[in-house]
Amino acid sequence: MKSLRNTALGLTLGVAGASMALAGELTIATVNNGHMIEMQKLTPAFEEANPGITVNWVTLDEGTLRSRVTTDITTKGGQFDIMTIGMYEAPIWGQRGWLQALEFDADYDVDDILPAMRNGLSYDGNLYAAPFYGESSMIMYRKDLLDAAGMEMPDNPSWGHIQDAAAAMTDKDNGVYGICLRGKPGWGDNMAFLSTMANSFGAQWFNEDWTPALDSPAWNHAVTFYVDLLTNYGPPGSAGNSFNEILALINEGKCGMWIDATIAASFVSNPEQSKVADVIAFAQSPQAMTKRGANWLWAWSLAIPAGTNQAEDAQKFIEWATSKEYIELVAETNGWGAVPTGTRQSTYDNENFQKAAVFAEAELKAILSADPENSTLNPSPYVGVQFAAIPEFQAIGTAVGQQMSAALAGDISVEEALEASQKAADREMRKAGYY
Amino acid sequence: MTDTERAKLKDRIAVIAAWIVASLFFFPIFWMVLTSFKTELQAIAVPPLLVFEPTLENFSLIQERTDYTKYAWNSVVTSVGGTALALLIAIPSAYAMAFNPSRHTKDILMWMLSTKMLPAVGVLMPIYLISQKLGLLDTKFVLVVIYAMINLPIIMLILFNYFREIPKEILEASRMDGTSTYNEITQIVMPLAWGGIASTALLSIVLCWNEAFWAINLTASDAGTLAALVASFSSPEGLFWAKLSAVSTLACAPIVVFGWLCQKQLVQGLTFGAVK
Repeated sequence: MKSLRNTALGLTLGVAGASMALAGELTIATVNNGHMIEMQKLTPAFEEANPGITVNWVTLDEGTLRSRVTTDITTKGGQFDIMTIGMYEAPIWGQRGWLQALEFDADYDVDDILPAMRNGLSYDGNLYAAPFYGESSMIMYRKDLLDAAGMEMPDNPSWGHIQDAAAAMTDKDNGVYGICLRGKPGWGDNMAFLSTMANSFGAQWFNEDWTPALDSPAWNHAVTFYVDLLTNYGPPGSAGNSFNEILALINEGKCGMWIDATIAASFVSNPEQSKVADVIAFAQSPQAMTKRGANWLWAWSLAIPAGTNQAEDAQKFIEWATSKEYIELVAETNGWGAVPTGTRQSTYDNENFQKAAVFAEAELKAILSADPENSTLNPSPYVGVQFAAIPEFQAIGTAVGQQMSAALAGDISVEEALEASQKAADREMRKAGYY
Repeated sequence: MTDTERAKLKDRIAVIAAWIVASLFFFPIFWMVLTSFKTELQAIAVPPLLVFEPTLENFSLIQERTDYTKYAWNSVVTSVGGTALALLIAIPSAYAMAFNPSRHTKDILMWMLSTKMLPAVGVLMPIYLISQKLGLLDTKFVLVVIYAMINLPIIMLILFNYFREIPKEILEASRMDGTSTYNEITQIVMPLAWGGIASTALLSIVLCWNEAFWAINLTASDAGTLAALVASFSSPEGLFWAKLSAVSTLACAPIVVFGWLCQKQLVQGLTFGAVK
């Protein structure tokens, strides 16, 4: 019995102690995207160049990552030395002092980072996260279907033109739908897309006095157009579709057009993944009343939580992973078509990259045209294209997303959805003391 | 139709119905295993492919990207550890309730069971903060304790029912001989209820193995279980179904084999007292 007790005590202490973090060991929370996985594979190169530093990865799906890093940073849990965050979190967390400001030496060439990315990840002139890869949104379409319909795609089409093209390309008998768009509820899902669409219809999330503006005619016009478009020319079950569901459809040749993240361009134009890779073409996001805010801006970025004890090593890693040299390392290993895009001007200036990535020009144009500080037709008090960079937005965006998805599914009318959205947003903003 | 023929027909219908229900339950597992041998493009093909050239690419990629053995070992330690700790508490408690019941024994059992109705996310923050203050985040120890606590009500209820089947006279006779409570539990009750304890332990191991919420939220790079490994293969941008199916197959395989080997005991544990 005594030996049993000793074994139990030993096991207990063992399991408790075995996991203590060691100095020189970096724990990085990241999302399971292709570029991040590639970074994990190439990490031995960093470890070799920096003896004494080892890197542990915690890979999570997007939703879990957000909740884990938010929990960790608000409770000062200290589980992560580097966190993968987005353009929404960086300025808010930077303002609250939860992140360490990043400072790089001249070799890093911080000015090479695209201004839109740098600004979106900064607060009060300090950079709080370094972009690992960035994206905007644009149109990806099947040129063969459009040609067959006798139509053309201008580089800056109107929503009316998109509707006509969708009608012409739809062939429901053969399972081909003119347009596929996000419908799954979530501030980063359907609302990311719908916000850009609403921006182009002249709508905005908040008026200048921070009262929600979801009951405006512009929102009604935009959402009605969106629901009608997908109902008539979209695939069945659009209310449940997000990036991956639509990626699967378009790769199978079931969608005529898709307006989504520019990162998708590398998937849909890859013959190993897509049956229609050779007929895919690109154009800028459609506009209705204005070009402002018609395409979003996002960056998956690396940031250092204020509570970490390994800030110096963490900074070294971020400097390596977001450098020009890292991009060259990926190019040497996997070719220029596989490098993380949307971050540095030098990538787009590179001839090899231009040759390898058919979408390079369209992607850069989309990223450069996105302006988070001036994304609405009428003046608005917030920063952000597809979101408002205030802490309350996550809850509001998710609640509104559910209403929009219900309207798309036909469960409620557009008017009912917008009325409920306005009420939810108003309640949240009052509670937060904006007015 | 004679009575015998009618009875035979009823049996046949019952067997067919059982096969249909079993097939419905088994289909998702079959599809998961099938998809794990497809490429990402084959995995999303419309209509879905039943005949295709199988590939082991997903499995080799998982081996390349992750340390499967570490995650599997963490699952074994936390499942067995959580079950052992729960039994350590449940056996004396169930003994007390079965052989020395009070007016409130059933109420206490019901109250314990009612804690299972609490959504886990409701206590995430307190447990996260306590674990953080005690320096137990990302340790197997914290999962062992939590798994023991979340399975304790079910284990106690099952053991309570098993122990009640033991004739009290045996215990009374042993008390006449001066047996201590400790010896009564370890030398009389436990050997007599050994089958029940074993099947309860097996059930608890399966429940611990499949637990994902706490494993994902309280671990990082060291103590993650296979459930956390599976979750890490979901991707917001990019195709992942084939890889996710492969890692799910690898995560399920050990417990499916374990369950297959112990199915008699498991069924006994799950159906105990169902036909009285």
